[in-house]
Amino acid sequence: MGWRAGYGSGAFAVTAPLEADNEVMAAKLKPTVPSIPASGRGMFRPGWIGRLRHYFSIYLLLWRNSVVREMSFKSNFLMWIVVEMLWFSLQLVFVDVLYRHTDHIATWTKWEVVMLMGGSHFIQMIFSAFFLSNCVQLSEHIRSGKLDFMLLLPVNTRFLVSLRQVDLGGFVNAGTGLVIMAFAANKLHWTPTWGQALGFLALSAASVTIHYSLMLLISSVSFWTVRAQGIVWGYYNLFSLARLPDEAFRGLFKAFFTFAVPMLLVANVPVKWLLNRLGSPWEMALLWFASLWFLFLSELAWRFALRHYTSASS
Amino acid sequence: MSKYWHVVRIGIQNTLVYRFNFLARAAFTLVPLMATIYVWRTIYEGRESSVLGYTLGKMVSYYLLALLVDTFTAVTDDDWQVASDIKDGNINQFLLKPMDYLTYRFCLFGAGRLIYAIAALLPLGLFFLWHRAELYLPAAGSTYAWFLLSLALAGLLQFLISYIMALMAFWVLEVSTLIILLYGLEYAASGHLFPLDILPPLAQSLIMWTPFPYEVFLPVSIYLEQVSRVNLVQGIAIQCLWVAIMYGVARWVWQRGIRRYSAVGG
Repeated sequence: MGWRAGYGSGAFAVTAPLEADNEVMAAKLKPTVPSIPASGRGMFRPGWIGRLRHYFSIYLLLWRNSVVREMSFKSNFLMWIVVEMLWFSLQLVFVDVLYRHTDHIATWTKWEVVMLMGGSHFIQMIFSAFFLSNCVQLSEHIRSGKLDFMLLLPVNTRFLVSLRQVDLGGFVNAGTGLVIMAFAANKLHWTPTWGQALGFLALSAASVTIHYSLMLLISSVSFWTVRAQGIVWGYYNLFSLARLPDEAFRGLFKAFFTFAVPMLLVANVPVKWLLNRLGSPWEMALLWFASLWFLFLSELAWRFALRHYTSASS
Repeated sequence: MSKYWHVVRIGIQNTLVYRFNFLARAAFTLVPLMATIYVWRTIYEGRESSVLGYTLGKMVSYYLLALLVDTFTAVTDDDWQVASDIKDGNINQFLLKPMDYLTYRFCLFGAGRLIYAIAALLPLGLFFLWHRAELYLPAAGSTYAWFLLSLALAGLLQFLISYIMALMAFWVLEVSTLIILLYGLEYAASGHLFPLDILPPLAQSLIMWTPFPYEVFLPVSIYLEQVSRVNLVQGIAIQCLWVAIMYGVARWVWQRGIRRYSAVGG
């Protein structure tokens, strides 16, 4: 059993009892309904700024909901943080064991790889905080017919599906990633400049977008297979590539996971920028391009899936 | 006995529904495995000597065999099902019917593994074929026999440990964190992540006192002929011992759990 197997099922298990809150959310969303006129959205709402503000206020409500939710399962919340830390430390143990028998993997030294692991963890956890459980739950929404209900709400359904819950533990875990990075930077006797730190954050944002778009793409398959568990679980396996130095890979494998499924870009490029070891600026361009491209692809897939959606239950 | 054959058949039919899932699962498992093999290749490139008795070929074979052991013995969904059976009150029927829950579960586990192994045959077979130049083949026929015996015991051990963990649902509302913690321990200490004998001696000897190495590391080392005859017999004996202990614990925990159980739902 790969650890992803357990992890994947875990994500299901932890979200299951929270489903009961759906009615609460509906009640909270309802007051916003009258604020949107039934016809001519553009007429009353002054342009995209007004709509942005409107969506922002909805998102604030969703945040508040998530906080309330997490606080009512406090021990669970803490346990999941412990679990994530355990898994993260296992990866670090792996690096430690590898470097007992070698002093470099390709050209990467031990603490550079630890830096990469920390960066990868940070990006992955920010992604989990905002999107992961939402994407995973999509198949459940389809199976139980809750998606019908969401389609009826006067908000963009993709917005609601993608951002409904915020996983606060993800932020704590992302913090762990940063701490490990700081520790590794200290070991490397090296302080990043402001430009490097900000660039790292900007590139991480692109990486989070790639993770999210790919995950939504994969989850969309559940419009047809209903039980997408195996596929979602597969994504966790892909994730595990991100934390390894891209130089270790060759040939078709490297090409595939750089261009088709850019797992070898998402953590490598931001951390390489941070460590000042980017081969060429094209790597950054590629990461940005990939994030836009996959965002576009996921929107296409989402629209296609919705067009072919016939309610599973009613 | 025949009633349990029915359970096996039902299990097979139920899991056949997920054959596509299984295929996807088996195929996706190969991605991190390939990544690990690539990393080891890179490490071996920069050096002439082997890593503590592992040549590159043996290292690659280690991971391939670990995957094979995993295919036949890993518990994927059974523990979650046991936990939800307890939580939802589905075990009520087993308290009334002349059917033993542990045996029932084991039949389902066996059926699930069988179907999974068949579904995984194609991706795994191709992957092994691709690495055939590096794949270690034991010369002695008896090695295969010992490997199969150890594999069967490893399956029993994995099942029993997961079963015990799932029974914690009698006491704890949310067992998923416990199950994931167990996965974590197993993942590192059973030898999935790396061969246990490349660890520093102290960590190694600590781990050897737990049941985990007997889930993956022992069968794989037997296949790779990394254990001497004496250690082999001793290893199998300890494996048997762990299976017996876990069986006893499973029965005991079930007895205690049932006493606490109040059939919520059902």
